[in-house]
Amino acid sequence: MNKLILGRYFPGDSCLHRLDPRSKLLAGISFIFILFLGNNWMTYALLWIFTFFVIYISQVKLRVYVRGVRPLIWLILFTVFLQILFTAGGTIYFEWGLITISQFGLVNGGYIFCRFVMIIFISTVITLTTKPIDLTDGLNSLMRPLRFFKIPVDEISLMLSISLRFIPNLLDETQKVMDAQRARGTEFGKGSLFQQMKTLVPIFLPLFVSSLNRAEEMADVMEVRGYDSRAARSSFRKLKWQLSDTMAIIVMILLTIGLYLLRSNS
Amino acid sequence: MENGNKPIISIQDVSFKYEGQETFALENVSFSISKGEWVAIVGHNGSGKSTLAKILNGLQFPTSGIVTVGDIQLSKETIWDIRKTVGMVFQNPDNQFVGATVQDDVAFGLENHGVLNEEMKERVLHALERVHMANFLDQEPHHLSGGQKQRVAIAGIIALRPKVIILDEATSMLDPLGREEVLNTVRELNSEQGLTVISITHDLEEAAKADRIIVMNKGHVFKDGTPDDIFELEEELISLGLDTPFPIKMASSLRKNGFTLPKKSLTDAELLDELWTLHFGK
Repeated sequence: MNKLILGRYFPGDSCLHRLDPRSKLLAGISFIFILFLGNNWMTYALLWIFTFFVIYISQVKLRVYVRGVRPLIWLILFTVFLQILFTAGGTIYFEWGLITISQFGLVNGGYIFCRFVMIIFISTVITLTTKPIDLTDGLNSLMRPLRFFKIPVDEISLMLSISLRFIPNLLDETQKVMDAQRARGTEFGKGSLFQQMKTLVPIFLPLFVSSLNRAEEMADVMEVRGYDSRAARSSFRKLKWQLSDTMAIIVMILLTIGLYLLRSNS
Repeated sequence: MENGNKPIISIQDVSFKYEGQETFALENVSFSISKGEWVAIVGHNGSGKSTLAKILNGLQFPTSGIVTVGDIQLSKETIWDIRKTVGMVFQNPDNQFVGATVQDDVAFGLENHGVLNEEMKERVLHALERVHMANFLDQEPHHLSGGQKQRVAIAGIIALRPKVIILDEATSMLDPLGREEVLNTVRELNSEQGLTVISITHDLEEAAKADRIIVMNKGHVFKDGTPDDIFELEEELISLGLDTPFPIKMASSLRKNGFTLPKKSLTDAELLDELWTLHFGK
């Protein structure tokens, strides 16, 4: 569990850490979209320069980001190879039945690899430099217009922040239940798939029951402290949009324009 | 602590039955509590004490009977007002931490009441200072000890400025040090600000320090009186499945062995005094 980099926060004090979560989220989402504008080596070079620049100013070591890609590397390679093997076009180097290795296939495979890695790098930058609570605040504030469509935005973000807050508790509890079952002779990760699945039941059931109890007690606590989903609430945290946030958005716009200019019209 | 005022909490002939159960969890319970009092409610498991706590702030409604808090009578319309007057601290330190950090948790109740941002910051800081947790503003719950989490829970309650605080076995999952920390905090609030405390507890040493003890048995009030009155009933308490505090046990073993201890001592210090006098009286 501890190897997962995606979704973890690294305390720090870079200018990215100090950005408003809203601008980071907006920039991150727009980056994923403009990634698809790239269609030649010039545009990809620009995107890579931007990505490495962002990684550099996040003051987190590149090693950490590479570790973030590692769990997904097989998925990425699988997609890249499918792309290489089944795309025809341009000069064909090898052909055998359906399988074709062609110039276009290789180029496309390369692009897809770049896209995947850059998406992971940029989203890791966001989660590494933003506290989970700020992330939920940012999401809440960005989803605000959805209230117009009768979507319960505040409830969703409250649920999100409570879930985030309980992750360490549930991990602890899972460990405890597993140890308790081990002490009674359960062996995890042994035997056939079916047997392995059966050993999970004595973990899931107690966890599920205790989550229900937790939820019930939590609901009591919230009620006692006056939580009423129908009533208007004030908010303790205030997000502050600063000059640097506007700058971040301007950088994204410049990047988009740059990509448009370098994009080959085909 | 008696000041002749109208009682802050009074319940009259309250009965309560959980849905689908044959027997009443509470039956014809009546008592009243005056402002500034520290009342301990004791009883073995299933005696109805936790149900009683839930009825006192409207988490459960009595099947029959009247609950009055201050001037307000408990009903579906008034629960939110009652909850402003009566705060409650629960047993499990982990499950009552709503916020992502200490200050968010304390602010949660204030947010619910629509308190404005500036005032909220002030009240959060003030409440955390009261429980000596002001240095932990941005800490996350999994970095705090059980006692610290309970103190944050208390801060979350006192930020709302209630008149009554109910401790529903709030110290039962804590180690002795954490328990002492939490009780000292509440004691300070009780003596300095006249906060009324209703403490539901298994811990008889804790109950012995209350102004008054209510003993519950099978959904009834078995006995209501000062700690001196209650622990007078040694044998009866033991037959109810309860225990007596250590000084009382000690004194009664001494008496059995022929020592004459005239007074009932409830605390270690009192017992020590008694033994001291006895020794000099020889």
